Amino acid sequence: MFIAATIAIIIAMVLALMRALLGPTIYDRVLAVNLFGTKALLLIAVMGFLTDRPEFLDIALVYALINFIATIAIMKFFRFAHLGHPHQGDNLGDL
Amino acid sequence: MFRKLGLAVALFALWLLLSGIYQPLLISFGIASSLLVAWIAHRMDVADHEGFPIHLGVKAVTYWPWLVWEIIKANIDVALIIIKPNLQITPTMFYSNASQKTEVGQVTYANSITLTPGTISVGVADGTVEVHALTTSSADEVIGGRMDKRVCQMEGDN
Amino acid sequence: MFLDVLSWILILSGGVFGVISAIGVLRMPDIYTRMHAASIADTIALGLMCGGMMLQAGWTIVTIKLILILVFIFFASPTTTHALAKAAIAGGIKPILHEDRRKKVSDKTSNKGKGEKS
Repeated sequence: MFIAATIAIIIAMVLALMRALLGPTIYDRVLAVNLFGTKALLLIAVMGFLTDRPEFLDIALVYALINFIATIAIMKFFRFAHLGHPHQGDNLGDL
Repeated sequence: MFRKLGLAVALFALWLLLSGIYQPLLISFGIASSLLVAWIAHRMDVADHEGFPIHLGVKAVTYWPWLVWEIIKANIDVALIIIKPNLQITPTMFYSNASQKTEVGQVTYANSITLTPGTISVGVADGTVEVHALTTSSADEVIGGRMDKRVCQMEGDN
Repeated sequence: MFLDVLSWILILSGGVFGVISAIGVLRMPDIYTRMHAASIADTIALGLMCGGMMLQAGWTIVTIKLILILVFIFFASPTTTHALAKAAIAGGIKPILHEDRRKKVSDKTSNKGKGEKS
């Protein structure tokens, strides 16, 4: 039954990857990559149960953190073309 | 000071949960690292009432189940819209009043809007939230102000 | 046995919701509506699957780790979505709108705000 869940997640991952390839704007691609990361997290957790090795959940936890930070960093990089400085000037605010 | 110590204790509890190996040497490493992180948080000035809102306490606990129930209802609505062959979407943008007193309350309100599928908060400024809604009915739901009232209740009088 | 069946139902419905959200991301016409579809995966698909796996694991450290993942995603996902939406707006991408109520309501709220201040 975990196999059925794995297959469902992989189908969803393929669909998200298609949006990442098709996506007309950069924001579509980032959204698709974020969705892909969430699915990959679920896949890692389910694989841990499938192979009966609960250590996989630690990797899933770290993957969640990396996925979040990666999305924010990519958005900030495309917005300001820089990762270092905080936003300054007009009231657009930090991302 | 109470907040910083609370942060250190919470970090250490998290460390104990995740580590799973309980030997004196490793536990002392855990204590040292959680104290170090608490000190860094103190230096960065992020362990204030926004970064570590323990004062919300019990009221937050009653807010979460209500929010989860709202999320489940909204999820089913959006899923039905997606699987119907003709996409019946009526995207709407509007401003909603966030009548919370503190910034933590307003952020909680905006995040609750975003977490509920069907509505996304696009910008927050001066007590108004700019919202993008998938359908006009989900927009009406937010304008109705049930969630706003609920967050105000959670925020309480402190 | 009952818990087993319940956990399978939860995991499979989580998978179904995950596939639905991916289909939604493919089908929706513009970036903002796609975000609504993507937030299904972040909330209910993850919640249902983690719930099912918790029932399989029982009261162990695995359950605690799953709860941690769930809590973290519940805090991180709105932040990501909001940052993405704000960046898209700032990047000049116009949403496809059926109805734009921003003008009407903003007039009202700005008047109200002035009244309260004075």
